[in-house]
Amino acid sequence: MLKTRLIPVLYIKNGLIVRSEGFSYHQNIGNIINEAKRYNDWDVDELIYIDISREKYYDIRRDDHKIKSYSSITEIIERISKVCFMPLTFGGGIKTIDDIDLRIRNGADKVSINTQAFENPGLIREAALKYGNQCVVVSIDYKIIENVPVVFTHFGQQNTNMTLWEWAERCEDAGAGELLINSIDRDGKANGFDTDTIKKLSEESKLPIVACGGAGDPYDFVDVAQETRVSGIAAGNIFHFTERSYPRVKELMKKNKINVR
Amino acid sequence: MIGIVNYGMGNLGSVKNALDFIEAPSRIISETAELKMVDKILLPGVGAFGMAMENLHRLGFAEAIKDLVLNTKVPILGVCLGMQLLFESSIEHGCHEGLGLIKGKVNSFKDVVSGLPIPHMGWNSVEFNPGARLFKSIGPSPNMYFVHSYFCKADAENDVSGTTEYGIRFQSSVESGHIFGCQFHPEKSQKDGLMIYKNFNSL
Repeated sequence: MLKTRLIPVLYIKNGLIVRSEGFSYHQNIGNIINEAKRYNDWDVDELIYIDISREKYYDIRRDDHKIKSYSSITEIIERISKVCFMPLTFGGGIKTIDDIDLRIRNGADKVSINTQAFENPGLIREAALKYGNQCVVVSIDYKIIENVPVVFTHFGQQNTNMTLWEWAERCEDAGAGELLINSIDRDGKANGFDTDTIKKLSEESKLPIVACGGAGDPYDFVDVAQETRVSGIAAGNIFHFTERSYPRVKELMKKNKINVR
Repeated sequence: MIGIVNYGMGNLGSVKNALDFIEAPSRIISETAELKMVDKILLPGVGAFGMAMENLHRLGFAEAIKDLVLNTKVPILGVCLGMQLLFESSIEHGCHEGLGLIKGKVNSFKDVVSGLPIPHMGWNSVEFNPGARLFKSIGPSPNMYFVHSYFCKADAENDVSGTTEYGIRFQSSVESGHIFGCQFHPEKSQKDGLMIYKNFNSL
């Protein structure tokens, strides 16, 4: 049967890999291609790249870490797809079908749309019709407000006043192939996943759910896999900063009889 | 030299990247005239069966490929939709005729599997026959990456080289003489996937 996926998320800002905390603090941590090669060595199931550059310029000057940055998202996607042979999702700043065409043409298997999906759900449908539902991931950032997960857009700044449950259902109707849900509260805190929300959504939605936000130690992944019907578990910081973290998480999941690759 | 057939529907880039990575000489073939430059054919495919066959016929590839494979015995590997196109017919959005290089039909998961999401998408294991040439040097029950809503059913047991379970046990790879097919995407299946291409290249 299908295996539960373990997916590193990499945030790109102005051509470099950064770490994220609470959606606001970003620290440069690496060269995109070197990081991609590292994940390749770990034999990862899939990779998600989210471009969080606000200015949409890519810093081609050498910075003090002497890390090479890249000049455009297309160059980045193209280079990554020459060295990575597993499914690749690219998200961040996608506004039109042309933005989607560009990414798919250059090597993305799936695209992830967040704010724009909310402002224009027609884009979900258009992309699904053109490339197939399986190519369209809707990424949803949420905060718990009075016990209810509420959707936020614009880098987690704007409260939409819509619940996660309602938005998820609308995404399903619009033709999304997968939902990537991100807990803003837990992002970067390393205190564990929001298993209650993940459990409820994975049981109610017909779409595969990939959950992100809060991974602090390998047991967090075991907990999510055991307590919810999540299709994939994603994490950013833990895979960047902890030695051999990805293989260790996989080993622990296998030890706990979780169906992983 | 492997010729990757470009008929307007397929993840040519990913396939070429994979072949380049394993240093298997390849070229993208956009016209039938270019087929004489290659000694193996790779038929990729993402999308609908009907449109794929229409394109293959319109570009002259359907006839040219059948001729090369049947008369000149050029090895062919069909990947994902490409594997389905090798068969006689498919019921995807109507009834469409395929290349007929393997006896059998393409069916829909919707008709036989209930309660499971469609498409079948993600990593799943393949149980392959010990002698399967595409799986040489690959360990038992390798996980491969699948994305498909339709599956193949070859008439002859002997043509089936690998099976996978998703509600039902379906045929995930075929091998009939010099005709090969895999339902999964080797170019998205990490090291084991790359080995599939290496093995095809070394035939």
